[in-house]
Amino acid sequence: MTGKIRGISGPTVSVDLKGLKLYERVYVGHAMLTGEVVRLEEERAIIQVYEDSRGLGIGEPVVGAGMPLTVRLGPGLLSGMFDGLQRPLRKLKEETGPFITSGREIYALDYLKKWRFFPIKREGDTVSPGEIIGYAEEGQFKHFFASRIDSCRKISRIVEGEFSLDESLGEYEDGSEILGCFEWPVRAARPFKKKFPPTSPLVTGQRSIDFLFPLARGGTAILPGGFGTGKTVLEQAVAKFADVDIVVYVGCGERGNEMAEMIEEFETLKDPWTGRHLMERTILVVNTSNMPVAAREASIYTAVTMAEYYRDMGYHVLFLADSLSRWAEALREISSSLEEMPGEEGYPTYLASRLSGYLERAGVVETLSGGTGSLSMILSVSPPGGDFTEPVTQACLRTTGAFLMLDTSLAHRRHFPAINWFQSYSLYAKDIAGHYREKVAPEWEALQQRCRQLLQEEESLREVAEIVGIEGLQDADRLLMKIAEMIRSEFLSQNSYTEDAFSPPERTLSMIKGILDFHDYASEKLKQGMTLEEVLQREKR
Amino acid sequence: MRLSEHRYRTISSLAGPLLFVEKVFTARIGEVTRVIAPDGREMIGEVLEIADDTILIEVYGETRGLDVEHTTVIFTDSIRKAPLSPDIVGRIFNGSFEPIDGIPMFIPERLTPVTGFPINPSARARPEELIETGFSVIDGLNTLVKGQKLPIFSSSGLPSKEVVAGILKNARLTVSEKGFIVVFAALGQTFHEYSFYMRVLEEMKTGFVAFVNMADKPVMERLLAPRFALTVAEYLAFEKGMDVLVIITDMTNYCDALREISTAREELPGRRGYPGYMYSDLASLYERAGRIRGMEGSVTMLPVVTMPEDDITHPIPDLTGYITEGQIVLSRELHQRNVFPPVDVLPSLSRLMQKGIGEGRTRGDHRKVANYLYKYYAKGRDLRRLEAIVGRDGMTKGDILMLDFADAFEREFVSQGMERRTVGETLDTGLNLTKRFSLEVT
Repeated sequence: MTGKIRGISGPTVSVDLKGLKLYERVYVGHAMLTGEVVRLEEERAIIQVYEDSRGLGIGEPVVGAGMPLTVRLGPGLLSGMFDGLQRPLRKLKEETGPFITSGREIYALDYLKKWRFFPIKREGDTVSPGEIIGYAEEGQFKHFFASRIDSCRKISRIVEGEFSLDESLGEYEDGSEILGCFEWPVRAARPFKKKFPPTSPLVTGQRSIDFLFPLARGGTAILPGGFGTGKTVLEQAVAKFADVDIVVYVGCGERGNEMAEMIEEFETLKDPWTGRHLMERTILVVNTSNMPVAAREASIYTAVTMAEYYRDMGYHVLFLADSLSRWAEALREISSSLEEMPGEEGYPTYLASRLSGYLERAGVVETLSGGTGSLSMILSVSPPGGDFTEPVTQACLRTTGAFLMLDTSLAHRRHFPAINWFQSYSLYAKDIAGHYREKVAPEWEALQQRCRQLLQEEESLREVAEIVGIEGLQDADRLLMKIAEMIRSEFLSQNSYTEDAFSPPERTLSMIKGILDFHDYASEKLKQGMTLEEVLQREKR
Repeated sequence: MRLSEHRYRTISSLAGPLLFVEKVFTARIGEVTRVIAPDGREMIGEVLEIADDTILIEVYGETRGLDVEHTTVIFTDSIRKAPLSPDIVGRIFNGSFEPIDGIPMFIPERLTPVTGFPINPSARARPEELIETGFSVIDGLNTLVKGQKLPIFSSSGLPSKEVVAGILKNARLTVSEKGFIVVFAALGQTFHEYSFYMRVLEEMKTGFVAFVNMADKPVMERLLAPRFALTVAEYLAFEKGMDVLVIITDMTNYCDALREISTAREELPGRRGYPGYMYSDLASLYERAGRIRGMEGSVTMLPVVTMPEDDITHPIPDLTGYITEGQIVLSRELHQRNVFPPVDVLPSLSRLMQKGIGEGRTRGDHRKVANYLYKYYAKGRDLRRLEAIVGRDGMTKGDILMLDFADAFEREFVSQGMERRTVGETLDTGLNLTKRFSLEVT
């Protein structure tokens, strides 16, 4: 079934091809560029092209692939680096050199690599949909293979030992093969049995997050901030130190040099929880700002599907995207080339529903095989002009569980991470407080409360001080300002380039306790009649 | 491949730089067309959009005098390419890549598409080699490294061109003492600015290539000139192993040209009328800076952005800041106090600085000195607001010290005129300042 190109406008192409399905994958032009059907009319189909459409001409052939846009799932994804269409970038470099040219299809998985298969099920066993059949060792992880998800089957033959992905692992009684890898449509969420509310914490190693705005496994958080507020540095710090099994990181429409920096770091740095190389637990999806716009739109779906795949094996997966705004802008660009009616600021009106549908792919689930896995999301948002009233931030606010607002004025004072402690919030704080109370310290919440209050009081005192001068304040108030400053500059700010980049909950606790204990001690001394200067002098000694 | 030249006289409408041709048999996106005016004048156009047999062409050149009946459009079956050769060094071209220095065109070694191809992120090398600009405020606190893109955010009336000239004269790599090849793209420049820059370039010994689109030349060429400049830069860097510094001034004119063509196409306007794809479009320029693993050479970019109404949240500086690796912000207040370079340290930032400084690159204490200078200066600046309310008399001794430090910092560290300082001298200047005010650097 071949059609011809009738029109081209930006990343969209119209073809006179009948019989296509909505969201079917197509190959466009002599260069065989990948595209997806986004609209069907009586006589023609509108296709969104995922690669550079330069040089594409009218009359060039278009072929339907007979299936939607998919990703390949199987062993070998970990430590991989892919573009928005899941093409492996390292292999692409070997084949085409340092610059990316269009129209290359390279499989994400290495079909020749040998893996060792350890069966769990035996011949004659009946397996329910999605049940674990066996596993291979992928670095430090057991890579579980599940049965087909459509119906119960009986295994008639199963192998053991070495295999590569182009070989079958056995057969079912109905004649179908047991395979080590398969394709899954990117826009469809992977199935699971049940979803649970998030109750266990996601420790990030960032004091201001873990202590003031704790995140939960299976939860979602956004990190909005203007440029230079340290979104990327914070996302990368969390990617390095978060207490999860697997990290999927998407560089969505961001800087190439930053990705190069991150890759070099991940290849050398060790995971503080396991001591293994960080890269071994990481999957990178990179679609920098100068790579095709439509592939940028697809990149977050490609990445989340891989994340779900590992979640289904019972792992805790953290998904980070930098930045969601670039995805929304790609959506806007495609929407306007389709001449759709624009909503707020030119974004399509389905922005919010697409976003909420996407964010719902996070969660703690009981997998089809009965295990528990989680997928947490931390997404950065780049509001234009640092203005949080814009549509993307607002749409996210309605569906995400934590809002970590990055503040330009804090960033200018070089207070990093520049998380604003008045505006930010986490809806998970209550759900996981129990965990911190039991595992770290019974007084965790009380300390939290006191810390917040101190920061509040400092704010109102500062207004007074602006008028009367700091000298005009009483000693107790000046002490409070001193303590609040210690909380801000020693506790809440954390330099990502030093040892302090990762702070486990124990250290977080002992630091804040130290500061607050000093506050108690100093207040006591003030009551006994010492002046603030004397107390501080003594402390110095 | 087409066997014969396709000529059309079926123009259906003309609007600004845009031209619609009908009943076209075949065309491709980005295809170069020749447009011949009734008086024989020839211009270059490019296919923007195809809808069945109606083709939208964007014309690079003066469209005044074109008409519907007699204008001819010839489709060439090739996309826009830049001629390249080592002989290009030392030459000056206009925005359509025609020599304007009176010497005939060189013989190209080969032709390369001007839009370039994105660098594979896995092939990028991390930028980490320091470029010493000679300005303390940049080298000390906002260090520039090879392969970085660091824009200068200026406002009208501020001496951005003098700052750029200073960098051009003094920039060198600390490790090799090697100089740069400068690729210079002037977009919508007045003659006054142009002649200033040309004088600076001619004084440089290392060599340059210039693309000049003057203020009175066609707006469309402003979109093309930076792409030519970057294609030349990539060629010199990644094929000839040179370190290339690309200066583009002024990106605000580029963005305005982009807006002009977007409204002519009747596209949906975004913020302040700029098109929604401006981020992607700017990224397609800025992201061409970088280094590649296993290759010599580098492309470093210093674009100049004039902030309309001195507003850093205006879409042009805003989107630029989201793409580039930091920014150097010039301040009107410092300029009025006769500080040169008038760089405001607080909003300025170099994201790649951390990797370019420290032991083995600059000096072991660089990071520490930079952090403390920044901290004390920020404190002093903060106190200036308080001083405005309560007056100097109402402040503590410590606070007054900080205020004095901030003043001295601006006068002695930031302000240096055209004198060149090495990184070592910069750090010593900073250390001496802190010593004089007995401030700790530990």
